Amino acid sequence: MTLVVRELAIEIDGSRVVDGVSFEVPSGARLGIIGESGSGKSLTALAVMGLLPHGAHATGSVTWNGREILGLPDRELAAIRGSEIGMVFQEPQTALNPIRRVGGQIAEAARIHRGVRGPEARALAERLAAAVGLPDPAGIVRRYPHQLSGGQRQRVGIAAALAAEPSLIIADEPTTALDVTVQKGILELLASIVADRGASLVFITHDLAVLAQVATHAVVLERGRVVEEGAVADLLSAPTHPVTQGLLRDSKATLWRRHD
Amino acid sequence: MSWFHRLWRIPTGRAALVVVAVIGIVAAVSLVWTPLDPARADAYTAWAPPGWPHLLGTDGTGRDIASLLMAGARSTVVVALGASIVAIVVGVALAALGALTSRPVREAVAVAVDVLIAFPVLLIAMMIAAVWGGSLWVVIWSVGIGYGVNIARVARGELRRIGRADFVLAARASGLTGGQILTRHLLPNTAPVFIVQLSWSMAAAVLAEAGLSFLGVGAPVTLPSWGLLLSELQGYVAIHPLSVVWPGLAITLTVLALNLLGDALREATDPRLTRTRSEARS
Repeated sequence: MTLVVRELAIEIDGSRVVDGVSFEVPSGARLGIIGESGSGKSLTALAVMGLLPHGAHATGSVTWNGREILGLPDRELAAIRGSEIGMVFQEPQTALNPIRRVGGQIAEAARIHRGVRGPEARALAERLAAAVGLPDPAGIVRRYPHQLSGGQRQRVGIAAALAAEPSLIIADEPTTALDVTVQKGILELLASIVADRGASLVFITHDLAVLAQVATHAVVLERGRVVEEGAVADLLSAPTHPVTQGLLRDSKATLWRRHD
Repeated sequence: MSWFHRLWRIPTGRAALVVVAVIGIVAAVSLVWTPLDPARADAYTAWAPPGWPHLLGTDGTGRDIASLLMAGARSTVVVALGASIVAIVVGVALAALGALTSRPVREAVAVAVDVLIAFPVLLIAMMIAAVWGGSLWVVIWSVGIGYGVNIARVARGELRRIGRADFVLAARASGLTGGQILTRHLLPNTAPVFIVQLSWSMAAAVLAEAGLSFLGVGAPVTLPSWGLLLSELQGYVAIHPLSVVWPGLAITLTVLALNLLGDALREATDPRLTRTRSEARS
């Protein structure tokens, strides 16, 4: 269950926004991708999923368990998405369909990939809702997204990503849109879930302090290039690249604010 | 609470639903029973005023207007249902093609839709009817296709807007393919648009049937139709002004009810709208 990205490059309308990004996520590893906004970290994640927007073109290599998945037809990628690689998105406000009940959305991936239907799907949704720490699982699965708080919705997003038991979870800034107090709970949840299930994690963020709570290793991106990589502890204690140093300053500033 | 309960709580929706249901029931009942035989002419009772046994009076050949209206509702219902089914199929298909396919296909569909919209529906229907003879089929197909392209034009933008939403990306990330995205996410989220457009095309189909039959190119004269009746009676409007009111009233009421029903349905099927209402109450 290894993800290997080699020399990934992404062009949008002729301009190169990701250039020669390489990293490896062995089974059970927790890798952070960190960089400022516009550094190409989200696009890198979308390229792995084969979900780049129209007009974006990726070259290089993305292998999943030794199989090249970059440029696979959408139908074959769809079989991998959700079932082997799950994804959690940044905006809990908009990442859920507003007119469908939460339970159905949690169980969606299991329905598609495992053929889980009816009462079985409901039971699964309730079990997952409980696993991600949602209150009153039996009641909450019957609700609509607008009846939930932002933090609860992000927990739903995580539960949905887990439904088909993928062995890799890509989380794209899952806490950025949340309150600081809620952030902590979501980070702990992600870390414990990944550990419990033996899954690997790719965590995308612009905040080194957040990264320290979930990832062991990280790559630092700037303008689509990897400028530094290593253990998160080393990046925190002795950053060598100016970008990393800047990110560390920013996250210390947020840490100070949090302690106010 | 189901969408039906929400619809029922909107006063205009309730009234419109009742009117539409009554018309549907009347059309169904007329298949087995009408107060009098709508086809039976009787020179001795010509232009009878409303009363007994002719509740709404009679026309120039002594036929019972109430019975003719009941039987005419059949044509209205058949055309409204037929045209709206054609319109929704054409509309969904063209909107999906115009929103979700590759750029060359999208643009070709957009041009085709714009060209088709430029054709006046009633004129086309009259041309077809002039060549092959008038029938309800001509009305159903011409109005269905004519309003289908209208639905497509409105729904295309809506589908593209919803298609860019995060939850569609999230759905693709859970492994849904294009067709599943369309049926499980895009169409349910655009359903309010389709429903309103559908009610409008039903109303338009009722009007078109009446208009074409009025002009003699819709329902054949052997088929009872409100438009035919109106056209027959309006020749005598100066002498018997009351009789012409009844088919006119039936057409107006039906079209109005369908429009109001569409608006109420849109409100009732959208949980985001109900939320704002319930929040406003609390």
